[in-house]
Amino acid sequence: MWIGIAVFVLMVGSVLFHLFSPWYLTPIASNWTSIDNAVNVTFWVTGAVFVAINSFLVYAVIKYRNRKRSRAIYEPENAKLEKQLTLWTSVGIALLLTPGLYAWAEFVNIPGNASVVEAIGQQWQWSFRFPGKDGVLGTVDVKYVSDNNPFGLNPDDPYGRDDVLIEDSTVHIPVGKPIKMVLRSKDVLHDFFVPQFRARMNLVPGSVTYFWFTPTKIGKYEILCAQLCGIGHYTMRGTVIVDDQSTFDAWLNKQRTFAPARAGIHELVTKRG
Amino acid sequence: MVYATLAEDLKELHHPKTWVGKYVWSQDHKVIAVQYMATAIGTGLIALVLSDLFRLQIGFPGSLSFMTPELYYQFITMHGMIMVIYLLTALFLGGFGNYLIPLMLGARDMVFPFVNMMSYWVFLLAVLVLVASFFVPGGPTGAGWTLYPPQAILPGTPGREMGIILMLASLAIFIIAFTMGGLNYVVTVLQARTRGMTLMRMPLSIWGIFVATILALLAFPALFVGAVMMMLDRILGTSFFMPALVSMGQQLGYNGGSPILFQHLFWFFGHPEVYIVALPAFGIVSDLLSVHARKNIFGYRMMVWAIVIIGGLSFIVWAHHMYVSGMNPYFGFFFATSTLIIAVPTAIKVYNWVLTLWKGNIHFTVPMLFAIGFIFTFINGGLTGLFLGNVSVDVPLSGTYFVVAHFHMVMGVSPILVVFGALYHWYPKITGKMWNEKLGQLHFWLTFIGTYLIYFPMHYLGFLGMPRRYYEYGQTALVPHSAHMLNAFITVVALAVGVSQLIFFYNMIWSYFFGPKAESNPWKATTLEWQTPDTPPAHGNWGPKLPTVYRWAYDYSVPGAPDDFIPQNVPADGTSRHHRT
Repeated sequence: MWIGIAVFVLMVGSVLFHLFSPWYLTPIASNWTSIDNAVNVTFWVTGAVFVAINSFLVYAVIKYRNRKRSRAIYEPENAKLEKQLTLWTSVGIALLLTPGLYAWAEFVNIPGNASVVEAIGQQWQWSFRFPGKDGVLGTVDVKYVSDNNPFGLNPDDPYGRDDVLIEDSTVHIPVGKPIKMVLRSKDVLHDFFVPQFRARMNLVPGSVTYFWFTPTKIGKYEILCAQLCGIGHYTMRGTVIVDDQSTFDAWLNKQRTFAPARAGIHELVTKRG
Repeated sequence: MVYATLAEDLKELHHPKTWVGKYVWSQDHKVIAVQYMATAIGTGLIALVLSDLFRLQIGFPGSLSFMTPELYYQFITMHGMIMVIYLLTALFLGGFGNYLIPLMLGARDMVFPFVNMMSYWVFLLAVLVLVASFFVPGGPTGAGWTLYPPQAILPGTPGREMGIILMLASLAIFIIAFTMGGLNYVVTVLQARTRGMTLMRMPLSIWGIFVATILALLAFPALFVGAVMMMLDRILGTSFFMPALVSMGQQLGYNGGSPILFQHLFWFFGHPEVYIVALPAFGIVSDLLSVHARKNIFGYRMMVWAIVIIGGLSFIVWAHHMYVSGMNPYFGFFFATSTLIIAVPTAIKVYNWVLTLWKGNIHFTVPMLFAIGFIFTFINGGLTGLFLGNVSVDVPLSGTYFVVAHFHMVMGVSPILVVFGALYHWYPKITGKMWNEKLGQLHFWLTFIGTYLIYFPMHYLGFLGMPRRYYEYGQTALVPHSAHMLNAFITVVALAVGVSQLIFFYNMIWSYFFGPKAESNPWKATTLEWQTPDTPPAHGNWGPKLPTVYRWAYDYSVPGAPDDFIPQNVPADGTSRHHRT
């Protein structure tokens, strides 16, 4: 009896909590409304199922509680009912899967005009690289990493010379243009997670991963590493500043490219001779 | 006769003569079951205390002066691993599997009693190795229970020196122990059922444990090789999971390995592991509902097939843990589809549980309360799985508190509610004593309501985007003050739930010594374990002659029958109607 009432109260309480609690998805600042839509569809469908099954549970528990001389019925199976339930559950599942896969099809298809920004993770900080005027990131290898060449660029790769290097945990990007975030880690797994952008991906040492998004709101957003990366994991923060195009261009032009650093490396190599 | 070989009493039983032979080096499945249960629950207590300690850090950062980030990560890691492997897996399969399989199937013991005994002692060794890691230089590993390389074995992660090695060794030893037990359970189910106990007359508890054991025998080897390979990477410098990398400014000698390979191995084990825990819980809760609602389980055959289908599908959904791992994103289409398909047989199980209560004669005994609590909690946890399984919906939620809330609801609280229900249900048979009803009720209410208050609101921290495994949040713009307040609230409730478990331990221990003597079949249940000549059952279980089974396990409230239950070993007569099996 009391358990029926308790389940009812918890069910209603959960629905009210959802409707009135101050906590929900942090307002979106990218193109990924299709992800938010899929979240919302999932909420409506699962919410309806949650209320329906639990209401039935409450009803059954209260109505069929043991009383004097009460006896259960004997009904081992009901093939028709079981088939109906299977069918409608499958329909519900298809209803959920459709918006989910639709959004994922968008996720895996990088727009052709997306501009490339590379984020590099290491314990426990972020740095960034832009491909420069040629639009191509120079090749990198862990074996080139040194104090003079923290990004590990290949000094002999001509594509790397104009790469813009941001040795800082703050990066600027322009608003309204699709961006392909290319991710690289020097040491362990990390995760480039800006909750407002929705899209995100792990950084995997030894390979290059990526995802894309279009920032839609000018502002300052925090990058939270979301893949455990050692004792400093919780301190691994960065900042993405979404600018209008001209502010962004002005900022990017002030950043240094790999060329001078590269010259230094060559000098070093020559001196060591 | 199909069952002739092992079901017949061809082998003479050698009853142990010494106390040590009876209770320590025992080959009796019932003693081994209790040994497994006690060890698993004892280890689980460590995990419970750890969780309350790190919850204090989350709810009230800095409140424990000794709680460094190192210790925090070590505690969450050990909590997770102990709960999943050393508590839940060991308790359901080693504990309930050992106790119930021979008794419910009408066997005298497991088929290989000596191997069964070895299984427990090797399991104990695994626990000791695990616990030893608290006392070695550097402490236990703090790599997170998923132990993802490269960080698990690199500087910058606590316990990198010895802790990780002991963890991997302990897992490998556990898997050896489990394999000895698991082969036993499977062979016993297939070969040692008594006369008349067809597969489709087995209680669902046995079906759940049986299929879970098969899953475990197939899934644990993936973890085993993963553990061995990581151990080689750590000790011998091989590069199975290690690419070329710069650790703390230092070029290391690794080259060409794949961190994602480990994740595939881990989750190829890890997802079936969810069902290794869930299927025994599904089976046991079905029996609890049926017995205490005095009604047959609804749709028995469908329930059996759902268990088998869920078990099969659980092997092709593992990469839903890896949607944002950097694996080929096109895998997402397949794994999202397979994951959501598994929701269909799971939903059928939920419907059938509720339909079992429908038109039943529900007795609100303590085991029944836990069973109903399980249904509610499991519905909640199951539905949030539809968020995380659905690839694009998972993207913003992966690695946040939404995930923590989901898996605690679905494979933490839900199975543990079943564990409690099952312990209350079978305690009178195991000990011959009855526990205190009032204390049992109190324990239920505090645990059921408390755990829901912990985990339901936690989902919303995940929606905000709060990542899990953070020692502290400091000043983070997207974490409002109210979220910190919520975390403090959750911690307070977690402490209360933690402390309230003392009621359970008090009840179990006090009743063992001072509780009233239990009847041999206090719940008026049909299954064979309640029909033993002695309570607790003696060595060999059945006295001189094995029982013979004439009907399925669910003849409750059969029209025309004088009692509202007909035990499985009662011959069919003209008056009673029994299920076609």
